[in-house]
Amino acid sequence: MMPRALWTHLVKDLRIEWRSREAINSMLFFALLVVVLFSLAFDPRGAFSREIAGGVLCVATMFASVSALNQAWAREIRHQVLDAQRMAPTSGAELFLAKVLANFLFVSIVQLLLAPVFLVFYNLRVEGQAWQLALVLPLGTWALVANGTFFAALSIRSRNRELLLPLILFPIFMPALLAMVLATTSILTGDSDPALWIKLLAGYDIIFTTTSLLLFDVVFHAE
Amino acid sequence: MTDTAPGGKCARLDQVSKLFGSFAALRQVSVELELGRCYVLIGENGAGKSTLLRILAGLLRPSHGTVRVFGMEPHDARDRIGYMSHAPMLYDELTGQENLRYFASLYPGRPCLSPAEALRQVGLDPELSRPLGQYSQGMRQRTSLARVLLPAPELLLLDEPFSNMDVESVSQMVELLAGFRQGNRTIILTTHQREHAAPIADWVLALKGGRVASFEPGSPTL
Repeated sequence: MMPRALWTHLVKDLRIEWRSREAINSMLFFALLVVVLFSLAFDPRGAFSREIAGGVLCVATMFASVSALNQAWAREIRHQVLDAQRMAPTSGAELFLAKVLANFLFVSIVQLLLAPVFLVFYNLRVEGQAWQLALVLPLGTWALVANGTFFAALSIRSRNRELLLPLILFPIFMPALLAMVLATTSILTGDSDPALWIKLLAGYDIIFTTTSLLLFDVVFHAE
Repeated sequence: MTDTAPGGKCARLDQVSKLFGSFAALRQVSVELELGRCYVLIGENGAGKSTLLRILAGLLRPSHGTVRVFGMEPHDARDRIGYMSHAPMLYDELTGQENLRYFASLYPGRPCLSPAEALRQVGLDPELSRPLGQYSQGMRQRTSLARVLLPAPELLLLDEPFSNMDVESVSQMVELLAGFRQGNRTIILTTHQREHAAPIADWVLALKGGRVASFEPGSPTL
């Protein structure tokens, strides 16, 4: 069962996003722009389309997510809400995990909305086992938002935090991005088995989520 | 051991200094604060009032010296401390009651006031359906006080609680705080408007340049 504080934080984040729709709108607009621009630049068809589609989807998700992740803690900083949360006798790990879950939901919603546009613009037909995409995309998205939420928290007190987040996040996310792109391409082309990349993504998620959870209290209570 | 008897110690600062880089916000501050009293911190901007409150709240660690609140490290006593800063410490997108419900559920072991009751105590309508972002400054300030009162803290730390408030609201808040203090609970507040806090001030602590300039008894009337 989900701990009560985790549920409380998550419901609050979802309610705020439902009212403002800031994260989803900004991500969706940006991701759509990337997908459409790439489709115009490459005129993707047939086999070529299947080869580049994985990369375009992952990169579009990554860049779009940064805009939302940069704002992930903005509301907590704006009126010193973070101080009130630090004063409460609950663990920072629950606040962090709720934020990751909320961001994961927001990015997943954008991916779902993007999917039909993507299929149309890239004339896609999946040659491999399409159900495996239901493993690859959530695992890759989790890797992105877990790291992104952690590093966004780490950089909130920095003056250049909007620049700092991608500078820290992208190099660390690189192994997961490669696994996500290669697995997606394998599934779309049906040329190879994506199992290895899926296992790598799962391992990456476990290691980085655990590390972030263990370290978050230090970041949370930093002055 | 925690001393909860009337006249017992609520907090003790011993040679506390706080440095931000090379700037000393507090310099060797030593004070003992008793339970059930109201302490008013006064001083010019930059005197160290807010820093002192944040150290007592456990939000800042002293660079030198020791701080004990209820005989513990402030961080360990945080569920017994209520801290209100200049900022409302609430979400603009939620209503007053939603904000309070959220914070109340972060204090699972403590007997909390109901959000509606806390809002009524500070003179706000709990049924107000506007998000906090549309409240006036004074209403935000009161909602912030309601948030602090929710978990029935034993030590109340208030940073400029009377700013942005009209005269009537100030007198209502002073009466509310007087009632709070009568329950053997301690209040430490900072203000530039000393006259507003005078009716409840048991002690007035003046800070200057991060040092204790004076620590004198007040003359409370409430």
